[in-house]
Amino acid sequence: MDSYNRRVLDLAMGAGKILLQSGAEIFRVEETIRRISRHYGVENSNAFVLSNGIFLTGQDQMGEMYAYVKHIPISGTQLNKVDAVNRLSREIEQGLDLELAEKKLRHIKTMPGKKPLTLVNASAVGAGAFCYIIGGMAGDCLAAVLAGGIVGLYQILMGRRKKATSKLALNLVGAFLATALSLLFYRLRIGLDYRAITVGAIMPMLPGVSFVTSIRELANGDYIAGTIRLLDTLLVTAGIAMGVGLFYILYYEITGGYML
Amino acid sequence: MMVDALIQFVAAFFGTIAFSVIFFVPREHYLGCGMIGGLGWLFYWCLTAHLGLSYLGGTFFAAVFVVLLSRICGVAVKCPATVFLSPGIFPLVPGVGIYWTVYSMIIGEMEQSSSYGRQTIGTAIAIVLAIIFVFEIPQPWIGAIGRKVAVKERKRKEKELPDEEE
Repeated sequence: MDSYNRRVLDLAMGAGKILLQSGAEIFRVEETIRRISRHYGVENSNAFVLSNGIFLTGQDQMGEMYAYVKHIPISGTQLNKVDAVNRLSREIEQGLDLELAEKKLRHIKTMPGKKPLTLVNASAVGAGAFCYIIGGMAGDCLAAVLAGGIVGLYQILMGRRKKATSKLALNLVGAFLATALSLLFYRLRIGLDYRAITVGAIMPMLPGVSFVTSIRELANGDYIAGTIRLLDTLLVTAGIAMGVGLFYILYYEITGGYML
Repeated sequence: MMVDALIQFVAAFFGTIAFSVIFFVPREHYLGCGMIGGLGWLFYWCLTAHLGLSYLGGTFFAAVFVVLLSRICGVAVKCPATVFLSPGIFPLVPGVGIYWTVYSMIIGEMEQSSSYGRQTIGTAIAIVLAIIFVFEIPQPWIGAIGRKVAVKERKRKEKELPDEEE
């Protein structure tokens, strides 16, 4: 296969990889790969995309094959990259040349993330706001902000570990931490509604994106991807529930009384 | 009631923006995400607290509203609807339900726990149905509405910043 076709398919693969890593839906990944390879004149390309891998083959006029299999572990949602690759694919269709497209894709790959402090703040604000929504008062919200911020910090620190942490363990400990912190702030009399604080504090861990994506995959007929995502949602939720439950049981064992 | 509604909206608005930051939504879309999440929650709140709808109906209609708005915004600013939908749906996700289910189970109130569990699953199903139905609406229809919004938006911007168009 000549180097031009190879470059085109490399570009398509790169774009697909970034999309999948950032949490895009399967049909979007497949369509982007197809669009890119077709626009640059590689007609015979086939992509098979799973939640955690892309299989791409192409064939040129001489009958030479190009095959590429890539394993892509599921990682966090990065909607800015999904948006950027989507825009790039649109620009390509409007006639961007290959050289420039490759450069832009490299640029997207190294797109900076958010600063840890920003993420901690966001987690804190999210917890506080959702604490209010479910009926907390000003003091409860303050407590939820503090607890949510600490939980956010915990998530970022765990995300830095070299070895990938099991999601079940990560969320179990996170929810345990959130419940314990809520109790602490409740006892310090910062907030008065213990439940609202706890629910606010576990809010940043809830798998909202996985849930929505899994439904969309299933509705699109991508059953494998949808099931994997759904399983992810259920595991994370189960982890959170177990974390909260574990803390309550421990509290009961130690003090002999139920919490409120 | 107006003050209440406003505060509910503001809380959901900022909560949704916070989640947009966590999901790395591009900065220029924060406002849109916040509006969608805030309006969706306000809609739910009005339906359940003032119009007497059950949580199921409220969640369903609010979710339809959020998904529709996300799709329209997606077309208007030419970016995937997911960017708006993922944070925007968050206020409707049944986090409280999960908590209550576990809590009741731990304190031994099995009946209460299963009732909360049913409620949580019901809410999730209402969101599922809303997502499926709204995504079945053909793209051209959404596109027509979205482009109208986009044209209005551009005109408004041109009025505000006449110099920068040069």
